[in-house]
Amino acid sequence: MAEQIYFEDLEEGSEIPTLRKDPTTQQLVKYAGASGDYYQIHYDKGFALNNNLPDVILHGALKNAFLGQLMTDFAGLEGELKKLSVQYRAMDVPGTPVFGKGTVKKKYVQDGENFVECEIWLETHEGKTTTPGYGIAILPNRE
Amino acid sequence: MSESVITQEMKDAIGVESEPVVNDVEKGAIIKFAQAIGDESPVFNDEDAARQTKYGGLIAPPTFLRSMRLGEARVTVTSPYPANLDGGSEWEYFEPVRPGDRITVTQYLADVNERQGRLGNMLIMVRETKYVNQFGKVAALQRSTGISYKPTE
Repeated sequence: MAEQIYFEDLEEGSEIPTLRKDPTTQQLVKYAGASGDYYQIHYDKGFALNNNLPDVILHGALKNAFLGQLMTDFAGLEGELKKLSVQYRAMDVPGTPVFGKGTVKKKYVQDGENFVECEIWLETHEGKTTTPGYGIAILPNRE
Repeated sequence: MSESVITQEMKDAIGVESEPVVNDVEKGAIIKFAQAIGDESPVFNDEDAARQTKYGGLIAPPTFLRSMRLGEARVTVTSPYPANLDGGSEWEYFEPVRPGDRITVTQYLADVNERQGRLGNMLIMVRETKYVNQFGKVAALQRSTGISYKPTE
């Protein structure tokens, strides 16, 4: 786990640390089991092809989880995730890496808490954004 | 512009909550979920390490709630379109979710609208899911967007 980041360390436009994930077909099966989402387009290639898909595809909710991790890793153990929003705009397939990225859009203090609003997204190894969104975290002050 | 597929039944269903269902949060399920998404943070995986943090113990990753069971809808809404897409989710977090929590889940249809897009006419249903813990506190709210459309051959 990376070192704690503090509110003072950030400014509008700061990049948040990239999260690389390497989803595999095995991960999709594990996610199906852990989440209870057994829709076959995520693990049965024949079924996926019959549904006009290029291959089995990542669960939208798994991509949501990746972007959740991007934000909780960024906020660190002393920070807190308050909001997480994702839009599934395009499909992702297993076998190639995906990258969670983000930049700080806004930082402000409200009711004594330090809010940091980030634009976040998941992109393919070819740099295509499939899952844009935003996240809001509360960060600690440097002592 | 084709005729609207939004029915009075859909409009009447807005705001009607599903049957509440209580979900027991198990530590093993949290760890299994964290492993499935490949998140190695100690607060989601390691009780002893998590005790050293401000949470004082293991908590669930933000999207763990997604794995919870929902109750029967009191009013069933069906789209005339056979193809469905998950458009996305918006989460708001208020309380951490911990092993031993009993989370009551309810969901209701919050909004129905239509839009012309690259898939033709799309029916968009926004559902809000509420996760309330055993202390009566809202742990999280989730707004999810479901899109249905008529596939073209």
